Amino acid sequence: MERQGDNEFDAERVTTTIRQNKHLEGALLPILHALQAEFGWIDDTTIRAVALELNLSRAEVHGVISFYHDFRTRPEARPVIKLCRAEACQARGSEPLANWAAAKAANRIAIEPVYCLGLCSVGPNAMIGHDVYARLDEASLGALIEAL
Amino acid sequence: MQIRISDDALALACGADRVTTAFAKAAPDADIRRVSSWGMHWLEPLVEIDGIGYGPVTPADVDAILFGTADALRIGRIEDHPFIASQTRLTFARAGKTRSLSLDDYDATGGWKGLRAAQAMTALQIVETVTASGLRGRGGAGFPAGIKWKTVLDAPAGRKYIVCNADEGDSGTFADRMVMEGDPYMLIEGMAIAGLATGAGKGFIYVRSEYPHAIAKLEAAVARSRMIIAPFEIEVREGAGAYVCGEETSLLNSLEGKRGEVRAKPPLPAHEGLFGCPTVINNVLTLAAIPYVLAQGAEAYAAYGMGRSRGTMPIQLAGNLKYGGLYETAFGVTLGELVDDIGGGCESGRPVRAVQVGGPLGAYFPPALFDTPFDYEAFAAADGLIGHGGVTVFDTEVDMAAQARFAMTFCAVESCGKCTPCRLGSTRGVETIDRIIAARDLAASSSVHPEPVEGSSSSGDPALKERASTRSAQTELEDAVILIEDLCDTMKFGSLCALGGFTPYPVLSALHHFPEDFGLKEAAE
Ligand SMILES: Cc1cc2nc3c(=O)[nH]c(=O)nc-3n(C[C@H](O)[C@H](O)[C@H](O)COP(=O)(O)O)c2cc1C
Ligand code: SF4
Ligand code: FES
Repeated sequence: MERQGDNEFDAERVTTTIRQNKHLEGALLPILHALQAEFGWIDDTTIRAVALELNLSRAEVHGVISFYHDFRTRPEARPVIKLCRAEACQARGSEPLANWAAAKAANRIAIEPVYCLGLCSVGPNAMIGHDVYARLDEASLGALIEAL
Repeated sequence: MQIRISDDALALACGADRVTTAFAKAAPDADIRRVSSWGMHWLEPLVEIDGIGYGPVTPADVDAILFGTADALRIGRIEDHPFIASQTRLTFARAGKTRSLSLDDYDATGGWKGLRAAQAMTALQIVETVTASGLRGRGGAGFPAGIKWKTVLDAPAGRKYIVCNADEGDSGTFADRMVMEGDPYMLIEGMAIAGLATGAGKGFIYVRSEYPHAIAKLEAAVARSRMIIAPFEIEVREGAGAYVCGEETSLLNSLEGKRGEVRAKPPLPAHEGLFGCPTVINNVLTLAAIPYVLAQGAEAYAAYGMGRSRGTMPIQLAGNLKYGGLYETAFGVTLGELVDDIGGGCESGRPVRAVQVGGPLGAYFPPALFDTPFDYEAFAAADGLIGHGGVTVFDTEVDMAAQARFAMTFCAVESCGKCTPCRLGSTRGVETIDRIIAARDLAASSSVHPEPVEGSSSSGDPALKERASTRSAQTELEDAVILIEDLCDTMKFGSLCALGGFTPYPVLSALHHFPEDFGLKEAAE
C-alpha cells in the first residue's frame, strides 16, 4: 500500500511548492496542503520558509497549522486508517469495532478517528489515503489492517 | 447492452470498481458507463442493465446477472422502485441517470437552461425570482436565499464573491457530496447565476478534506465548464478537518488563510465577507436548487412544500436503517414516515429507539414524536431542528447518556475557542455527564448487590465512582442533572455561534426524552 507524502524535506522543493501556490488569494491553506501532500508533515524549517515567503510571523503560521486537525507537525511513520466515529456510524456499531481495531492494529498501524465521511447509510466506514471502505466488520477491517 | 454503475464515493466504498472490472471482463462488448448514484444506498453497488436494476452486486454475482438467473438481486426498473417513485426529485432529478462529468449528458437533461434564462434577465429580476420561490438556505439556518442575495446586489459595485459552503460536516448527511460528485455542473450553474444576480465575478467552493472524490470531480467540472460560465470564475478550495469551518464566518477566515475562528456579526458576510467584500455564502443544496428555480420559474418551485418551508428537501436517511439513502421530497413528510415506512426501520431488526435529526447539533427524537412533520417551524416547535436534513436512526442498543456525552465531547474538540461558554462549558459538560453515568452505574450495581461491591463491573473513572459512593448515588445524580441543565442554558444563551449554542439540543433532548438512560425515573420532565 502506497503512502502519500513521504518525501524527505528539501529546501528547494519546499520553496517550489510554496511558490506554486503563492499567487492564490488566501494562499496559506493551499500551501500547507501542498506541503503535507509532498512531505507527509510540516517541520519547523518549513514553517519558517512559509512565514518568510508569505511575509507572516512564524507564530502566525504555527497558529493556523495548530487550528486544523489535518495538519501534522510530527511525522507519522505508520500507515494510517481513519475510522469514522461519528453518530451515524456509531448507530451501526463503529464503537466496538474501533476498540477491536485498536487492539488488532497494536502499534503497527495508526487508527485515527474521523468525524463523518459522508457515507452514513452504509457504515461503519473508513478511509485509507483517498480510498474509502464501507460496511466494515471485524473480518473486512481486519483484512485491511493486515494488508497494510 | 448498456451497463450503468455508479462511481460515487459511496458506491466505490461498497466495491463498485471491482464489480465494474468483473463486468468488463465478462461482457467485453457491453457499453459500461459510470454514472451518478441513485441514492438507494442499501443496494450499492447497484448495477443497471438496460433499465433493470440489480443490487447489491458483488463480482461473484456477475455471471448470474448476465445469464439472467440473478432473481434475488433483481429489483426491476429502478425508476419504478417505490423508494424512487415516491420521491419528488428536483435537485436530484439527474441522480443515477447521467455521467457526472459529461457535458453532453448535462445538456441533454436541461443543463444550463437556468443560466440562459438568467442571462436574459436583469440582476434584480433574478433576485426577485429566487425570493418568490421561497427557497431557504439548506445549510441549517433556513435563511431566505433571495434576501441574502438582495443585500449583496444592493452593496456598492466592486469586488464581490459567491462562496459555496461545501463543508458538510454534519454526521448523517451526504446530499452535498452527492451533488458535487454526481451533478457538479448543476452546482456550477447555480453559482454562475448567483454571480449574475449580485454582480460577483468570482466564486469559491470550500469542500471538506474528507471528500477527496468530490474535490476531484469539482475540479474537473470547473475546468471543463470554464468557457460556459465565463466571465464568472470558480475556484475549488479544500478544508482542513475543522467542523466549525462550516460556520460561515469561520469558513471565510479559513478561505483567507487564517485560523477558522468565528467572527462576531455584524458585519454580515453580505456586507463585509471574504477579504472584506460583499459575499453571498450559501450551502451546496441552496445553490444547486437555483437552476431549477430559474429554468422552471419561482411558482413551480414554490408549489411544493408546507407553510414557510417551500420546495423540496433532499433528506438523508442514515444510521441503522434498512433502506438508507437519499430521499428528496416536499416539506411536510413526517419523521415516522421517513423512518418506518421509507427507511424500513432498523437494519439490525431491533426496534427504533432514537432518531437524531440535523447532525451533531440536532435533537434526539423518540418514536413518540414521529408525527412531527419535516418543516423548519414544526421542528423548532418540538425543540429540534432539521438542519441540513440528516436523519440518523439508532436501535434499542443505544445508550442515550453516552450519546449526550459524545455531543459535549464533540463540541469540546471542535470549539474554535473564541467564547467561554462553548470552550469551557463543553469540557465541564463532559465531566458532568461522566458524573451522571458514574452515579447511574453505581445506583444500578447497588440495586443488584444491596451492598456496593468494591471494583464492580460498572464503567467509568474510579475517582468518580469513589466520589459517587461517598454520597448517596441518587443525590449525586440529581445534583449533576441540575448542573447539566444550567450549563446547557449558559451555552445556549452565551455562545457566539451554533456550535456552543446548539450542543444543548442533543444533550437535553437525550436527557428529557430518555431519562431512564441517565438513571432517572421515566418521565422526569
Ligand atoms: C458549527 C456550524 C457548522 C456549520 N456547518 C455548515 C456546513 O457544513 N455546511 C453549511 O452549508 N452550513 C453550515 N453551517 C451554517 C452556515 O453558518 C450558514 O448558515 C450557511 O452556510 C448559509 O448558507 P445557506 O443560507 O444556503 O444555508 C454551520 C453552522 C455552524 C454554527
Ligand atoms: S460557540 Fe464555540 S465554536 Fe462558536 S464562536 Fe464560540 S467558541 Fe467558537
Ligand atoms: S457518520 Fe460515519 S460516514 Fe457519516
